[in-house]
Amino acid sequence: MNYGSEEKLASTFAEELRQRMLGETITLCYQCGTCASSCPVAKITPSFNPREVIKLLLLGEKDEVISGEAIWLCCSCYNCDERCPQKVAIPLAMFALRNIAFKEGYIPDIYSEFASAIYDNGRIVTISKFVEKKRPTLGLPPLQPTGVDAIRKILSATEFDKLQLKKEETS
Amino acid sequence: MTSYALFLGCTIPARQPNYELSARKALSKLGIELVDLANMTCCAPPPVQSIDLETSFAVAAYNICLAEEANLDLVTLCSGCFESLCAANVALKHSPAFKAKINRSLSKTGKEFLGNKEVKHYLQVLRDDIGLKRLKQSVSEPLNNLKVAAFYGCHALRPSGHLRLDDPERPSILENSIEALGAESVEYKNKLKCCGGLLRGLSDEIALDLAREKLANTTKAGADCIATLCPFCFVALDIGQMQVRSKFQETYDIPVLHYTELLALALGVDPKELALETHKIKVDKVINKIS
Repeated sequence: MNYGSEEKLASTFAEELRQRMLGETITLCYQCGTCASSCPVAKITPSFNPREVIKLLLLGEKDEVISGEAIWLCCSCYNCDERCPQKVAIPLAMFALRNIAFKEGYIPDIYSEFASAIYDNGRIVTISKFVEKKRPTLGLPPLQPTGVDAIRKILSATEFDKLQLKKEETS
Repeated sequence: MTSYALFLGCTIPARQPNYELSARKALSKLGIELVDLANMTCCAPPPVQSIDLETSFAVAAYNICLAEEANLDLVTLCSGCFESLCAANVALKHSPAFKAKINRSLSKTGKEFLGNKEVKHYLQVLRDDIGLKRLKQSVSEPLNNLKVAAFYGCHALRPSGHLRLDDPERPSILENSIEALGAESVEYKNKLKCCGGLLRGLSDEIALDLAREKLANTTKAGADCIATLCPFCFVALDIGQMQVRSKFQETYDIPVLHYTELLALALGVDPKELALETHKIKVDKVINKIS
């Protein structure tokens, strides 16, 4: 990762993205479309095209990108990441865009559930007491305790817990 | 005996005892000790990366710290865990500035990421620690005549820059591991394409389209079953078949097994000990063919 890139960016929005993590490679995009032709989702729906998302954000169309559905339709398969001739970290750019969207309150319901679950249980998929009690009958060892206290300290240090509060205020 | 800290993740203990049982029994038979460490958490996969990337790296790094304290490398069963833990491990090892930043958050938990441990996929353990030749010699119930469609999913292979399991465009580790059990690995169209698993619950229509294509292509290739490496791919293709049936009136009835289940069966583990009833698509056809 290169945090020291001084490259001039096309818009303040691209700069914001760069300042979040790993988005600095986006300005290398020359719109060849290798990402779109490698994308399994773009083959199914016109609602998502990674090349279009990158184009819009380089043009500074922040509101359109952040409030839209497209950034949530990337399936994180990393095909584009493997094939991009300019080594643009497209899936990471999608995560960075979702991070900005989350901060601004554009949050699909399922992601609020994930955020609550990780804070409450230290896991995004909850293991029920029923399943836990059934383990010995299946021949599985008891589950070790989950580090919920530790994860809450991390969520507080990175201010993830504030994102969560903001979500609760807006809902 | 080679020992690893097992990173079990969430989905496997919550929903897939068939995966956990087969992995534990098979690796134990092969002389690999899996150590369950206390206080592990979510691995911080794409859903957490989507909310806050920095938090996801810190949470993943925290779990690696637990393995560092136990002086053990980590082994994963879930490809989501494999990807998120490898991403943090590689990023922190290669950027002192980023490591220092994450360590500031970790200090609140009394941990410090040092960067002296590896995160491995269990297929790496089979290939590199045991060796496929020795694995083949350990097989007591060869899966003769069984045609298996190898399905890698995404996060066992990509992003290859930090996962480094195999060539992301032309992998062979899973096919070779299948053939080591005496089964035949069958080729099919768009083998490396995503199962759509991560879009379930967000865009079920797209997710189901991707699963449906996988089911159609593996069936057309004449596979007796699909071998998966990831609990999300398993759900997408196993439960997904029931959803494809009700939405498109298409019945595939192709069993989906984790590679570890095939491995355990080939190593002579009694099918009754593997919680095979967890499968929505019954695996009797596979059991009958190999016994």
